[in-house]
Formats: sequence, structure tokens, C-alpha cells
Amino acid sequence: MQTHILDYLTDAVRYAPDKTAYSDGTDSLTFREVYEQSRSIGTFLCGNQVGREPVVVFMEKHPKTIAAFYGVISAGAYYVPIDVEMPVERIRLILENVQAGVMICDAGTIETARTFAFQGRIVSYEECCHTDIDEAKLEEIYEASIDTDPIYIVFTSGSTGVPKGVTACHRSVIDYIEHLAEALPFAEDTVFGNQAPLYMDACLRELLLTLKFRATAYLIPRELFLFPVKLVEYLNQYRINTICWVVSALVMISSFDTFQVAVPEYLRLIAFVSEVFPIVQFHKWKEAVPNATYVNLYGPTEATGVCCYYIVDREFQAGDVIPIGRPFRNTQILLLDEQNREAAPGESGEICIRGSSLTLGYYNDLQKTSDSFTQNPLHAHYPERIYRTGDIGRRNDRGELEFVSRKDYQIKHMGHRIELGEIEANVNLVEGVKMAGCVYDKTRSKIVLFYTGTAQPREVTAALRTKVPRYMLPNKIIQMDRIPLTANGKINRLELEKKVQEEKKDNG
Amino acid sequence: MDELLEILRDLHEDIDFETCETLIDDKILDSFDIVTIIAEIANTFDVKISAEHITPQNFNSAKALYQLIQKLEAEE
Repeated sequence: MQTHILDYLTDAVRYAPDKTAYSDGTDSLTFREVYEQSRSIGTFLCGNQVGREPVVVFMEKHPKTIAAFYGVISAGAYYVPIDVEMPVERIRLILENVQAGVMICDAGTIETARTFAFQGRIVSYEECCHTDIDEAKLEEIYEASIDTDPIYIVFTSGSTGVPKGVTACHRSVIDYIEHLAEALPFAEDTVFGNQAPLYMDACLRELLLTLKFRATAYLIPRELFLFPVKLVEYLNQYRINTICWVVSALVMISSFDTFQVAVPEYLRLIAFVSEVFPIVQFHKWKEAVPNATYVNLYGPTEATGVCCYYIVDREFQAGDVIPIGRPFRNTQILLLDEQNREAAPGESGEICIRGSSLTLGYYNDLQKTSDSFTQNPLHAHYPERIYRTGDIGRRNDRGELEFVSRKDYQIKHMGHRIELGEIEANVNLVEGVKMAGCVYDKTRSKIVLFYTGTAQPREVTAALRTKVPRYMLPNKIIQMDRIPLTANGKINRLELEKKVQEEKKDNG
Repeated sequence: MDELLEILRDLHEDIDFETCETLIDDKILDSFDIVTIIAEIANTFDVKISAEHITPQNFNSAKALYQLIQKLEAEE
């Protein structure tokens, strides 16, 4: 039984050393190059007394970044990806949480890295990727590793304003990759077109399935996602046949009539994730690329990527919901009602996940971990963890799972998971702001911020820009004399939502 | 032109859109901005920008974008 994630890499090198593993169109690495550079980095790290501890990887979207991830793991450490897209304040909070001893940078990031309040050592990838490999040392680390040891920490939005570091281990990732591979058609001739940033868990499927199937993954440069025709041309140029993208990236292509100018010629597997696919746009895709297999994927970062899938096998009409289907093998979904009992057929309940695909929890936050990863309430016979997603789901007449809504104030916007509370917490820190309340206008996909205080809306945006990622910036900001409160003194979001609806009417 | 500048300033108050000619090259605009700008232009000018016009050249400056709008308005 496989217990180490890097066995995928060792196998790929044995059978297909000279095949291109990862490319961005300009630069490529073969499996052998990925292997050797990662072993050099691993040797470098353990030569610098790095043990089972976090190592920050601050590099651009590039094949070498992936070799750096594997290098960190080969040293028995776990990687923490950060990115130039992240605002400085978020990076500061991440660095403060993990307290890493080493940060690996590339030529494009190392100057920025030196401006961080970082106590550890900053090294460049080029400086460590040529280290003479110490096979004996790496073998010793490999032998001593256990499949519940962490391999990465990725950060996700937290409602109090502090991002949470989801920590995954070998076992959860192997469980995920093995069962994803079993459920969907991947093969040696698969050519992935990766969209997810490397600092998110979503990129794992392309990175690791590429190793497992000795396939090839193209890391699509992110600026291409601004230009739909160029993006389709890129897919065709590299004969990309498999994509797992957030819905907003797919909609970016279909909604501007791109297919009248350029059509993807090689796509055979189109997976979409993270949001509800508007049926009108989904139809445009099916019309343009009729022979591809379409798959809806669902799952939280806390359960290592995705845990449910639905292969589209029938027609959907406007107003229908594309189900999230069923869990991968070795994962179970419980729908729990407010009394923590299993919801009756057709009734909705909180989607709770059990199985080996659960991650270890939130780094340096045992409290938040135990709030979300709880004992299975259906029994008290032995300790058994489940993860409570906060998503509400139900089973339809066919027994398929459907996503219904959120229990709290977490939203999905442009493919990103956002806690409205995190935006509010950061707005409340802006000088001249007294109180902030955020709502999401689903029909227009807009984050609307209400606040009281003397600060001007533009000042609020400018200040927020340094604190939260771009995708969390409110799309509309409304200054008020007072924020409506509920009887218990909490922000009355229903009232704010009503205001959003009224505004829409006023504007026709 | 003023209406267009207003749309752009709402997205990035810190950029001088009258002079900046590297909105794409310097990664000032992201995919969210592009989608928003196209929607706002449709609302304000009643012109539809389709995929073939969504190019780096047309979005690199407010001037280029305004020329595109005028061209599309003339075509209608």
C-alpha cells in the first residue's frame, strides 16, 4: 500500500523519465528534471537542519515551483505556498502563523520576500536546485516518514479576518488522488490545462495525476484568463484535452461568444468546480464541445480538494440544478439536520464528510479545528472525526446529492471561497470606519459592502487592497448613517439584503 | 470618455487612466475587472464587446478602449 506521495514521482521517473511533466508553454521540465531538482532541494533543506516543519515556497506559477514543492516533501518537511497575488497583510498573517525557518523564492519574488518581516532564511531556487543529491540521507527520511505526516498547508478565508491553514497529510492526498483517478477517465495521453493557482489545493489534481498517469500538465499563464480567444487558442496549440476549472473561467469563455471565433478542438474531459454552473452557459459549452465528458466536482479544502462528483448523463433545462452526485469511493457524505440526525430522503441537511480524505485540520489552531472537525454525532462508540462543511445539501429523487445553500456567511465568488466576516473584520480596521456589514448579491455576483463612518468609499477600497486578496474587494460600497441591527445587536443582513434588492429596483 | 474613466476609476482609484497605457502589460487589470468593465460598458454605452475584441491591445489603455467603443457604436 502506498504511504508516501512521492512514490508517484519515483514511478513516473522509472517509466517515462524524458517525457514532459510540467510546462507553461515557454519552460518545461521532464519527469527526470522534476525528480532531480526536487531531490537537490530536499538535500539542501536537510543539510540546513530542516526537519518536519513548514517551508514557505514563494515562487511564480512555473514548473520549477512544483519541483520545489516535491523537494520540500522529500526533506520530510511540508510546503506553505504563498504568491505575489496575495496582499502583504495576508502574507504577514500566514508567515506569522507558520513561523518557518526557510523560504524558497525565485528571481521574480526574492526582492519582495526581503521586504517581509521574516525571521528565517530566504534562499533562491537556483541556489539550491543544483545541490549534490545525498541519496542516503533522503532515503533515511523517506523510510522514517509516516502517512499521517503533513505535506502542505494551504490558507483559506477565515471569518474572523485571519486566514486558516488547512494542513493535509500523505494519506489524505493519496486517498483523494487514487479515488479521483478511479472515478474519471485519465490516461497517459491526458494533457491537462491547469487553471488553479499553485497556492490552492485545487492544483493538486493536475500536479499529482500527471505523475500517476505519466501525463503532461500545462500551467496556463494566468493573464490568459483575461482573454478568452487567446485562451482557447492556447488550449488548441498544446492539444490540451482535460481541464478542471472553476465555473467563472468557463463562463468567461462562453459568455462573450468566443465559440463564434475559436472552439476548443481537443477537449474530451471538462470538469467544473467551486460554483453552480449557470445552465445557459453550460448549454453553450455542450453545443460547442459536444463530445466531451462533463463532470461537476464538489468538495472543501478541508477534505483535500474534491470529494464528490457527478458525470453529466442527461439533459438539464434552465432552472435545473446540476447535482454534485456522489462521493468518491472510501468517502461518505452524511446529511445531518439541526438535531444531528441523518436527514430524511429529500430533506436537506449539513453536508458532513467522513473518510481518510479528511485533512489534519487547521495549523496552529486546535480550537477552530475541533469546531469543524467533530466526533461523528451518530455514535459515541469510538473516536471518529467528520468534517462539517457548513454547506447545506439534499438528495434528489435519483439519490444524487445536490448543493442547496450555505449555513453561514461563506460565499463563492469568482471561484473563490470567501467569508463575508473576513471582509467585514478588515473593513472595521480601516481608519474612519465605525461599522461594516457585507452581503452577497447572488443574481449579479457582487459583494456589496455597507459601512458607517467618515471614510470615503475610495479610501475604504484603497485600505482594503493592502489587506485582502483582490477577489474579496467589494464590488459596490455604500456609506450609511447607521447599520441595521437585529434584536441581539448583530448586523441585520436580511435588512441589508433588502436594501440591495431595493437599489436594483430603483435602477430599473 | 468621462463616463468610461468613471467606470475604470471605480475599479482602481489609484491609477491615472488618462495617461496609463500599460493596464494589461503591468497586470493592473485582472479577469474580474475585464468582466466588470464589459458589463458596465454595455450598461452605459449600450454596446456589446464580444470575445474577438477582448484583446490586450484594446484593454491596455482607456484611450484604446474608448476607440473600441466608438468603433462599435459606429457599426451599430
